[in-house]
Amino acid sequence: METLAKNIRQQAFDVEAVRRDFPILQQQVNGYPLVYLDNAATSQKPNAVIDAISDYYRGYNANVHRGIHTLAEKATAAIENARQSLAGFINSPAPEQVLWTRGTTEAINLVAYSWGRSNLKPGDRVLVPILEHHSSIVPWQMATESTGAEVVPIPVTPSGEIDMAALDALLDERVKMVVVSHISNALGTVNPVADIVVRAHRVGAKVLIDGAQAVAHTPVDVQALNCDFYAFSGHKMFGPTGIGVLWGRRELLEAMPPWQGGGEMIEQVSFAGTSYQGLPYRFEAGTPDIAGAIGLAAAVDYLQRLDPVAVAAHEADVLEYALAQGADFDGLTRFGEADHVAGVFSFLLDGIPPSDVGMLLDQQGIAVRTGHHCAQPIMAQYGIPGTVRASFALYNTRAEVDRLFEGLAKARRMLR
Amino acid sequence: MTATQNSTGNPFGNTISAEDIKETLAFFDTWEERYQYIIDLGKELPPMDDELKTDERIVRGCQSQVWLNTLQENDHLYFEVDSDAFIVKGLLGIILAAYNGKTPQDILDFDIEGYFEALDLIRHLSATRGNGLRALVQSIQSAARQSKG
Repeated sequence: METLAKNIRQQAFDVEAVRRDFPILQQQVNGYPLVYLDNAATSQKPNAVIDAISDYYRGYNANVHRGIHTLAEKATAAIENARQSLAGFINSPAPEQVLWTRGTTEAINLVAYSWGRSNLKPGDRVLVPILEHHSSIVPWQMATESTGAEVVPIPVTPSGEIDMAALDALLDERVKMVVVSHISNALGTVNPVADIVVRAHRVGAKVLIDGAQAVAHTPVDVQALNCDFYAFSGHKMFGPTGIGVLWGRRELLEAMPPWQGGGEMIEQVSFAGTSYQGLPYRFEAGTPDIAGAIGLAAAVDYLQRLDPVAVAAHEADVLEYALAQGADFDGLTRFGEADHVAGVFSFLLDGIPPSDVGMLLDQQGIAVRTGHHCAQPIMAQYGIPGTVRASFALYNTRAEVDRLFEGLAKARRMLR
Repeated sequence: MTATQNSTGNPFGNTISAEDIKETLAFFDTWEERYQYIIDLGKELPPMDDELKTDERIVRGCQSQVWLNTLQENDHLYFEVDSDAFIVKGLLGIILAAYNGKTPQDILDFDIEGYFEALDLIRHLSATRGNGLRALVQSIQSAARQSKG
């Protein structure tokens, strides 16, 4: 029985069938079949997502929550169903704890602005590991500048892991917030976020997890993580750009002041004063990205129809295959060698600027990212201006990894 | 500003002209040959002194770091340029072949878009990369306008 179950599971993930769901992958770039390895920047979209957006605009586009007509009701039901579906995706206790934002960056800015400015005081500290994305650093620099609190970096080991002993040493009653990525965008390190939450909560600090790189690679359960805020973007998990989610603990969200004013978030307005809506609308001023929310729910639905164990096994296989080839590739230095990595292979070829490697790969139809990946502090720690980053998604294959290394061999020949 | 050894020792606009580059690039059939040529051109570019690589000499709008130093000798303008990337260095050389050691009027008269088109180059570069090259061209043109007074 066990073998049978295993066989079914293996058959459950057919990468070629999955690739056929993504029309953009069926093209030639610069005369070569596209190899798309820039998934940490943005992922591609399956037909199901493209169709959901198209169906909305063709069939029931209307503004939500205000109209009494049929289309408005249909659109309102769709965006609220989308919220339910996203709540289920991350195991939120209630849908109203799922707030629509433009993406991870806006979600972090919302917390830094609203929670940060109403809770931080002079002498308070916000801890951020050195390997974080600028979006996890800068909003907190802005919030601490206006409150007199300070942002303190958490050291990261040479292998690209958060130094947990250093974290413990930093954790005291001054720390009010710890901001940490679930998976690092620059190195692919899977951070021990649940463990960090336990340690931070011991001193009364809140934890905001940047889940931008995690949602496409690993199931997320905000209740199991026991975090206080969780932020992610739709476009990195096969959904559209311009939509993302901030999940927050109810009592925190309810106590937070609104951060943007305008339609939708208001209960009653007079020039004597204005009262605000409850959750989630008090944080959703203006017309939301309705099409985006519907598209994102379609992406969730797409992911939920795949077997997560089989997807994870396939992704791990492709990444391990890439890392093994990288280890054998003459003159290649990998950055970030954490025990747990997902989705990202970040490296340099000896003496060759990353942008040159990227341009020559592009000529061969291979899309990678080069540069500092919006994570300059960790690049500074390594003493490098940037890396070449190949980042993988569930539709990538071993054959594409082979193409990457053929491309790298050619780039190296040309540049030496 | 006076000319240094760099400006006179630079082959671009001197032994390598815009016409030479046009003719050579037209001769190649494959992207490999074209890029190899551009990479090799980059190796001909004399390196800029590190102390000249200041923030004021950075050309804004380039994806890779590009520095430009303008020198004037009699009524001719000389340009020192450098980048941290090999292909970009070659592209800088291609631009210098058109501008280095010319008079401000020659620089302003030169049909750079026609040159890029003849090289069939911009099409092969990403939009950001193409804009970076244009940013350098604009810096050189504004130096020429300033020098004319």
